[in-house]
Amino acid sequence: MSFLNNYIYYIGAFGLILIGLYIVLVKHNLIKVIVGLGVLDTGVNLFLISVGYITKGTAPIFSRSGIDPELMVDPVPQALVLTAIVIGVAVLALALSLAIRLYQHYGTLNLRKIREQRW
Amino acid sequence: MRRIVAILLLIIVAVGISLSLAKIPFGVPKTKVGRHYINEGVEETGAVNIVTSVVVSYRGFDTLGEVTVLFIAAIGLGAVLTAGGKEKTGKTEPASLILSTGCRILFPLILVFGTYVFIHGHLTPGGGFQGGAIIASGFLLIYLGCRERRISQKASKLTESLGGLVFVIIGLLGLVSGGYFLLNFLPKGTANTLFSAGIIPIIYIAIGFKVGSELAGIIDNLIEES
Repeated sequence: MSFLNNYIYYIGAFGLILIGLYIVLVKHNLIKVIVGLGVLDTGVNLFLISVGYITKGTAPIFSRSGIDPELMVDPVPQALVLTAIVIGVAVLALALSLAIRLYQHYGTLNLRKIREQRW
Repeated sequence: MRRIVAILLLIIVAVGISLSLAKIPFGVPKTKVGRHYINEGVEETGAVNIVTSVVVSYRGFDTLGEVTVLFIAAIGLGAVLTAGGKEKTGKTEPASLILSTGCRILFPLILVFGTYVFIHGHLTPGGGFQGGAIIASGFLLIYLGCRERRISQKASKLTESLGGLVFVIIGLLGLVSGGYFLLNFLPKGTANTLFSAGIIPIIYIAIGFKVGSELAGIIDNLIEES
């Protein structure tokens, strides 16, 4: 049980990453592949945040006096994830716009059918 | 067949990862650099929010790169969607009364909240990226509620470019005045007040405008297309 307590965040994060990888590898629908990439992105962010976590820690902000600096969580992964989330949204939008163009060109989002056609 | 291969591959990946993760303890401090930022960050940068001081000051150059990635993604989306674009003037159904009234009341409040979040980035949780995302969500509400309204592409591009320009110019001013890029050359002031931390709030305001207009432009491009 203590194993679960200690590693539940890692397990959850890598569960998300593996689910995302599975979707990307197996699915043929382009929209589903993009959703899989989004899930993978979330998993990576969650993993980075949970690496920096400290048990019973608080946010690294000295908003009032009397906060123990020893209990503050690591700020570096938080700073990385902060920008990664916004970039993830933008990259997801770019992927969706490419999917829109592909659909207009081929009339299908099925990757297998797109691959069979010549261009 | 494909499914079985994929599952086998994932099992191999999962075993490898779990073996290496078992060595990483959970919930204990790991990096020395993070400790240094927490212990010395307020004195060195003047910002009480350590995450902000890492994003804008210690790793400011990284953030410039990330803002560039965001910029390229937004430009790429615009190029892909508008290249050879045919103007579609399909009739749009007007939104329901609740949505169209609600968006008019909520939109200014969302703008004010987003601005608050990025101006106080060095004092409270939040900052340019978060405030920009909040502002973009306000524009999304406008697109849903008042469907004939459009933001001006020119104004959005202008804000975006000005935001990026302010970031780079402040970095170059640091180079001129003190010898390295993104040097915090302004006085740091007393910590935990609005006018403190030197260049950090200015850069975060620039990032807020930039991210907000970029995400609003992305929403605009995607809605124009559909």
